[in-house]
Amino acid sequence: MRKIWDIHGGIHPAENKTQSNQEAITQAGIPAELIFPLSQHIGAPASPVVSVGQHILKGEKIAEAKGFVSVPVHASTSGEVIAIENHFIAHPSGMTAPCIIIRPDGKDQWIEHQGISDYTTIEKTELLNRIRDAGIAGMGGAGFPSAVKLNLRDDQIIETLIINGTECEPYITSDDRLMRERAEEIIEGVKILQHLISPVKETLIGIEDNKPEAIAAMKAAAAGTTIDVVVFPTKYPSGGEKQLIQILTGKEVPSGGLPAQVGIVCQNIGTTYAVYRAVQYGEPLISRITTVTGSACERQSNFEVLLGTPIHYLLNLCGYQAERCSRLVMGGPMMGFSLESADVPVVKTTNCVLAPTPNELPPPAPVQACIRCGMCAEACPVSLLPQQMYWFARAKEYDKLEGHNLMDCIECGACSYACPSNIPLVQYYRASKAEIRQQKLDAEKAEHSKARFEARQARIERQEAEKEAKRAARKAAAEAKAAAGSDNQESKQDAVQAAIERAKAKRAGGATATPQSKTDLEKAVTAAEKRLATAREKLQQAEEQGADTVPAFKTGVEKSENKLAKVKAALDDFIANNPQASTPAASTTNDPAQLAIERAQQKRAGAATQSPLEKVEQQITSLKTRIDKAQAKLAEARAENSDKLEIFETSVQKLQEKLAEAEQQKQQLQTESPTSNKIETNDPAKQAADDIIARALAKREAASKMTDLERLQNAVNSIETRIAKTKEKLTVAEQEGSDTIDILTESVKKLEVKLVEAKQALSDYEDQQG
Amino acid sequence: MALLNVTSPHTTNTMNTARVMQLVLLATIPGVLALTWHFGWGTLVNIAWASMVAIAAESLMLYLRKRPISFYLSDCSALVTAVLLGIALPPYSPWWLIFVGVGFAIIIAKHLYGGMGFNPFNPAMVGYVVLLISYPVEMTIWATPREALELDLPSIGDAIQALFLGRDAVAVLTVDGITMATPLDVLKQNNTLLVDDLWAQSPQFGRWAGAGWEWANLGFLAGGIFLLTQRVFTWHAPISMLISLTIMATLFYDGGSSNSGGSPLFHLLSGATMLGAFFIVTDPVTSAVSVKGRIIYGAAIGILLYLIRVWGNYPDAIAFSVLLMNFAAPLIDHYTQPRTYGHQSNRPRGE
Amino acid sequence: MIELIQQNPFIAAIGALLLLGVPFGALLGFAAVKFKTEGDPIADQIEALLPQTQCGQCSYPGCRPYAEAIANGEAINKCPPGGESTINALADLLDVEAVPLDAEHGEENVKTVAFIREAECIGCTKCIQACPVDAILGAAKQMHTVIKSECTGCDLCVEPCPVDCIDMLPIETTLQSWSWDLPKSSENIIATDRTNSKEVAA
Repeated sequence: MRKIWDIHGGIHPAENKTQSNQEAITQAGIPAELIFPLSQHIGAPASPVVSVGQHILKGEKIAEAKGFVSVPVHASTSGEVIAIENHFIAHPSGMTAPCIIIRPDGKDQWIEHQGISDYTTIEKTELLNRIRDAGIAGMGGAGFPSAVKLNLRDDQIIETLIINGTECEPYITSDDRLMRERAEEIIEGVKILQHLISPVKETLIGIEDNKPEAIAAMKAAAAGTTIDVVVFPTKYPSGGEKQLIQILTGKEVPSGGLPAQVGIVCQNIGTTYAVYRAVQYGEPLISRITTVTGSACERQSNFEVLLGTPIHYLLNLCGYQAERCSRLVMGGPMMGFSLESADVPVVKTTNCVLAPTPNELPPPAPVQACIRCGMCAEACPVSLLPQQMYWFARAKEYDKLEGHNLMDCIECGACSYACPSNIPLVQYYRASKAEIRQQKLDAEKAEHSKARFEARQARIERQEAEKEAKRAARKAAAEAKAAAGSDNQESKQDAVQAAIERAKAKRAGGATATPQSKTDLEKAVTAAEKRLATAREKLQQAEEQGADTVPAFKTGVEKSENKLAKVKAALDDFIANNPQASTPAASTTNDPAQLAIERAQQKRAGAATQSPLEKVEQQITSLKTRIDKAQAKLAEARAENSDKLEIFETSVQKLQEKLAEAEQQKQQLQTESPTSNKIETNDPAKQAADDIIARALAKREAASKMTDLERLQNAVNSIETRIAKTKEKLTVAEQEGSDTIDILTESVKKLEVKLVEAKQALSDYEDQQG
Repeated sequence: MALLNVTSPHTTNTMNTARVMQLVLLATIPGVLALTWHFGWGTLVNIAWASMVAIAAESLMLYLRKRPISFYLSDCSALVTAVLLGIALPPYSPWWLIFVGVGFAIIIAKHLYGGMGFNPFNPAMVGYVVLLISYPVEMTIWATPREALELDLPSIGDAIQALFLGRDAVAVLTVDGITMATPLDVLKQNNTLLVDDLWAQSPQFGRWAGAGWEWANLGFLAGGIFLLTQRVFTWHAPISMLISLTIMATLFYDGGSSNSGGSPLFHLLSGATMLGAFFIVTDPVTSAVSVKGRIIYGAAIGILLYLIRVWGNYPDAIAFSVLLMNFAAPLIDHYTQPRTYGHQSNRPRGE
Repeated sequence: MIELIQQNPFIAAIGALLLLGVPFGALLGFAAVKFKTEGDPIADQIEALLPQTQCGQCSYPGCRPYAEAIANGEAINKCPPGGESTINALADLLDVEAVPLDAEHGEENVKTVAFIREAECIGCTKCIQACPVDAILGAAKQMHTVIKSECTGCDLCVEPCPVDCIDMLPIETTLQSWSWDLPKSSENIIATDRTNSKEVAA
């Protein structure tokens, strides 16, 4: 007889196992619809590899593992994918999650699969891959990917393999029945695990003493192997991984650590069986044994259920009476969670569906005050002080909770069970744990945000500094330039260099693009002349200062002269080659009549769109809005008693004056055109423009017929009339005190100059004609 | 039926706070019967009156604190306080003495500290100590047990009269010899006689300890054992208290000289030893919580009990020892935290 | 020597004090040099407790300045994003009374993240300039978007937006972030009433 250890605390709730462990496991059959949540395990959710409408076979992979800690999902029967959508899943929150929904075709047609005849001959990694590809995750409750647990680092030496057949939760009998009926297969599975993590010193199957039939079956199957079936007294929660390890080996898994750290690997009975199926037959994990129990069901039994089967299908198999059921629990009464509806599917971790009546599991009794009786501390399997943690949780003293090792709580519910005041201790711990995790995340995020904020501040400062540096550099450059007038040669040379480069670039550009027109060539000539002039100037300066750059400048001047000569020659050539080209081009641009026509057309266009009245109206509206705004600002300023009050007041006044003016103008306009009709007001302007066009056209016609003398005389006359008109305007403007006086006087002067020129031309012509 | 959405576990055991209190009340019966048999109706009258005052005070406080009265009254914690105080007070005490004691216990020691579960001190013991300090004369008169009394015990009518009109108004209770010093007091005052001689001379001594007292103590021991079998509390605190008291008594017995503190058996069966061990030390609210803490807590009470009994100013000392250790309970808890699974040390992190 | 002291008690006392003063002064001076603390450790500790949203609701330009202000005696209840837990932590650290949040600086709301309605964004970059943690991505005349994981929910970007296309959306509970709430109150009066009424009915 092996030595066994005891765990601290523990409770002895009513077992309630006999209701469901009398019958043999039966097949649950194929429901009308199967729902496969993508996340049935701990770790990253799987990602779908099928599409809606696709026909799939039994055992076909429908979602693949994403990342290392993840497992794939397989179809549990053949059929058609009808949706990939959010569906209610088995989770205490009652929330939805992405699921693949399959409508079975009833044929239950297997995909081609093949077992391994001798697993000892293949690589361990391949064997592990096989287990992983079969989608096997811990079937005891947590759903940790089994391949990850079995994938050991080289430095991890496993002495003990523990198979957990404890099943300490009340009501659940799925492992019990599995061990009774399929002991040989389980033992084969254990051998595979032994091989995988070999060499192991000992292999233990831990079973509580309340399952004598299962113990007998397992002992018989394990006879002649190195596998030990260890029986220990029934106590909840012996089946917790850490607790079982303590019971069987006396070792404790370090806080926050894994069993592998103390040389132990622990697997569930159901998982072991699934490993056997996967290796021996190549079947992925597509079904499991689930206990359906509780007094609200007429028949309480164990079923081999296809994964994805909705709970209501299972319950209906058992004569479920919804009206008698107070709550639906997935898992056992100690650690299971309540479901909000029977619409959720069976997943890899669903070991039990419990449908109790209110008499069986009464609703929580009213909470009384904690009397510090310490019964919770006596029940705690990890030797925490639940009553202390309860006070801290109520006071939200999270650091103290952590100090009291809240994170080591396995949420087994023994404390809540034992509490005479009916305090939901586990709920306090779950909420506090989540809050502590959240606070850690928040702290991390705060740290991250701080780093980003500081980086941003640094960047802004750097940019400011750069701007400041540039500004300073520009200032310095400007000063240097000023100084360079006398002695700073270097900056000057730089400028010269830059000028040369610019010129070169231009020349390069000029070389490629052949001068197309006379204007281009003329431009080139003027540019060349300019360049020559500046070059000469610079040369002169340099000579005055006696600088070293004199020869360079001299060559520059020479080059410029050459260039100028070249360009001039080109221009001459061009004119010689295209004798007509020069005149028509000149005439088109210089024809005053054409210009007048264009101007008039523009005016007409403008007049067509806007009459003066409209303009004034527009002005009025804009003024009004501006006044409104200004008044709002004024009110604000008054409310705030700002010193800008005066400014706002004057601005409002000014605007109001303007508005009055504009309105006056509008009235004037309306009186001037009493009809004040848009079309009618438009008409005179249009007509005037048309008149002008007609006159200009007539003029042009006349001009083409006119002799030079006539033209010149005409020009003189027109200038004189223009002067007269302008002067008239000027006097009006002077009377009104308008802003346009300056412009008008300017234009009068210009016109007078033109008049003098025109007269000169006329007299010249007359002299020539003699 | 709408499905409940509650957190696990979905089942709890049948023990609840009210049941704990009811069991405690039940367990006092043998001791109370013994007291009544030996000292007359006084104790029962005390208990009845104290219970009435306690329920009234509790209801008043719950009303003032706007709590549901019937719900909190039904946890029976006020009754437990009243019964313990009624047992501890001298029989035939006047009504006002009990009124003040119980009122102080319920209103100040319990509710002003936040009510059930929040009180740092045992309310019954606080009430007792307040009375002991305020009314030393009334608190140190103890009835003569049946064995030492030449007359009949006072009738129940006399007891009720004494309660409302005072001792002096009841003829039977003014007779000489109707009251006498308790055996513990006699032993403390003695410094001239050997213990055996004292025993022979004084009528209040019985077979092992005080006449009547020994039976009352045995009654409370029986009640305590009943509670242990019902798992209302663990054995740690009471047993460690009794052991430490025995050890102290053995150490200072010195064979029964005139300076002797009395035999271990005498101490175990005298005064309120057993009542204290099983009904007061085990009060969960005010005692230490961890197993180790409870052993320390009980042992310290045993030592203090002996020290005050033998060398202190008061004849019995359960109340003082318990209150002193109530002070120390949080400290004991702090230093006796159990080692959590998977941890090396039992010290909370961050301290 | 002793006689001399006895004869001049006054001078002796002064001498004794001086003698004591020299070594202790030296000790203090040494300690000041040896255990000199760099920076302002208390401000650092305070800053570590602040939520680092950089929202400026405390009227300081960021969390660091507020931390420094607290170190210099500013009230600890001006941080709405941190809320009660931050105030409690600060009260613990500074050993002062935990006071309720100063409503003047805003209320403790559910945690939010900024969300830009991208169809309406005109690409003005104003929000980018306002974001204290560079959590908004975009360029001039290009649509902007918020990097959800970096957003602190400070809502500083909402005000500058000329077309009001930024919403502060509460962070949704996911399966991963879901958790049980703390039980309502241990003195569950309503449950009590329920059982009482049941008893009456029975």
